[in-house]
Amino acid sequence: MSLGSWLRDRPHWLERAFQGAHQSILWLKPLFVKIGYRRSERWLHPFEAASKGVIFDCRMCGQCILHSTGMTCPMTCPKKLRNGPCGGVRANGHCEVDPEMKCVWVEATKRASRMPLYGEEIMLIQPPVNRLLKGSSAWINMMNGKDAELPPAWKSGKSAANTGYEQAANG
Amino acid sequence: MDKFKSDGRLERVLRSGRFAVTAELNPPDSADPQEVYDAAMTLSSVVDAINATDASGANCHMSSVAICALLTRAGYAPVYQVSCRDRNRIAIQGDILGAAAMGVSNLLCLTGDDVTAGDQPQARRVFDFDSIQLLRTAKIMRDDGLLLSGRKLTVPPRLFLGAAANPFVPPYEWRPMRLAKKVEAGADFIQTQYCFDIPRFRDYMARVRDLGLDKEVFILVGVGPLRSDKAAEFMRTKVPGVIIPDAIVDRLRKTPNERKREEGKRICSEIIQQVREIDGISGVHVMAYRQEELVAEIIEEAGLLPRPKRSGGPEVIADKRSRRREGADQ
Repeated sequence: MSLGSWLRDRPHWLERAFQGAHQSILWLKPLFVKIGYRRSERWLHPFEAASKGVIFDCRMCGQCILHSTGMTCPMTCPKKLRNGPCGGVRANGHCEVDPEMKCVWVEATKRASRMPLYGEEIMLIQPPVNRLLKGSSAWINMMNGKDAELPPAWKSGKSAANTGYEQAANG
Repeated sequence: MDKFKSDGRLERVLRSGRFAVTAELNPPDSADPQEVYDAAMTLSSVVDAINATDASGANCHMSSVAICALLTRAGYAPVYQVSCRDRNRIAIQGDILGAAAMGVSNLLCLTGDDVTAGDQPQARRVFDFDSIQLLRTAKIMRDDGLLLSGRKLTVPPRLFLGAAANPFVPPYEWRPMRLAKKVEAGADFIQTQYCFDIPRFRDYMARVRDLGLDKEVFILVGVGPLRSDKAAEFMRTKVPGVIIPDAIVDRLRKTPNERKREEGKRICSEIIQQVREIDGISGVHVMAYRQEELVAEIIEEAGLLPRPKRSGGPEVIADKRSRRREGADQ
């Protein structure tokens, strides 16, 4: 078993880690603004790609919603589904496309049920992916709000972007 | 569910509280519109709407938007199936407008079977949207009169929005939640995957009723006749998401060859009877792959005829199969 899958099976730790990281990123934001987002991205990007790569097999979509998807990267789903499993899941819980692979969403839903902090967020309707952000740092995009930019006609409310969970919880 | 969202017959039948029947049209591998008319004619008198599949199983056939155009031209009521596999958000929104302009009133939003399931597995898969994002986009177009970009539509499409559900595959306990998300995203009706596992479906529906979803969305159960045990075996191993319990395959295996087809039809009618007794079911969706001629018999045997009358029935387009065959001989 790899370190990544060992950690992913402890989603309650990972969501705590996310919570801490999220808060410290927001706390450090003024510093990053001072350095400049572009310059920060240069050194933050490899660090983010490596760490999230090892733990989550991250694909650097640039708009991370891990905490809303059971700390399981939805972009590792061959169909890149962000709102739940397709109807092609095999009876043994494996992927329609790759029979050797466990369905990402079978894992995600199981893990979300063990996440007291963010588990409920799996019910949020995730907006279409902004393909312009592919390859960029989701941490920087979280600070400058780029990851929360929605298609102009997209309804907010329950269909919150990844930073909008408070709003969803209240509404 | 108070105001009509479309001008279609399917919505009218469902809202009137009648048990609805839809069926799938097998799309032709042909450029001849007559093949679509022929297939539609065998279905039209026994169903409330005809589903035009969008390269289901990732096998290439005549496109669903074109089949819908032909069907509306002849006065039939199609359900336009859109899968996220082959087209991006720009193409999909444009096609939705085009379909509505041609008189399509029903849209079924699907994720889509993967390209690897089909006849051209080398193709690129798109999946720019997932089915829930597609559903929500269609709702925005209809209710807000906008494209996703925010650009205003002079006339929004009037569509009855559908989605699929597959209660028969993992994660079982999360499937009702997936339905809740689809309702939240904008689904007015649901057509399920083939139902052969009644106990599993009963459990699913119990949870759906607990969540109150049966009051918010019309659920049509997917059913279909199995031609033989071999066909059943093929479907459950090769068609993504189809679960057929061993008991049903065994029943077909023990039936003599000449009676297998009849037995498959009987199993289908029995399943329709059983699902009709489940609370919260609004209709059935018959998928008879290459056995369209059986659909009428199944629906009749299930006691679902006559269908509510349509206002101003379709023009009957004469069967020109003979002409086509002559043409093929030349």
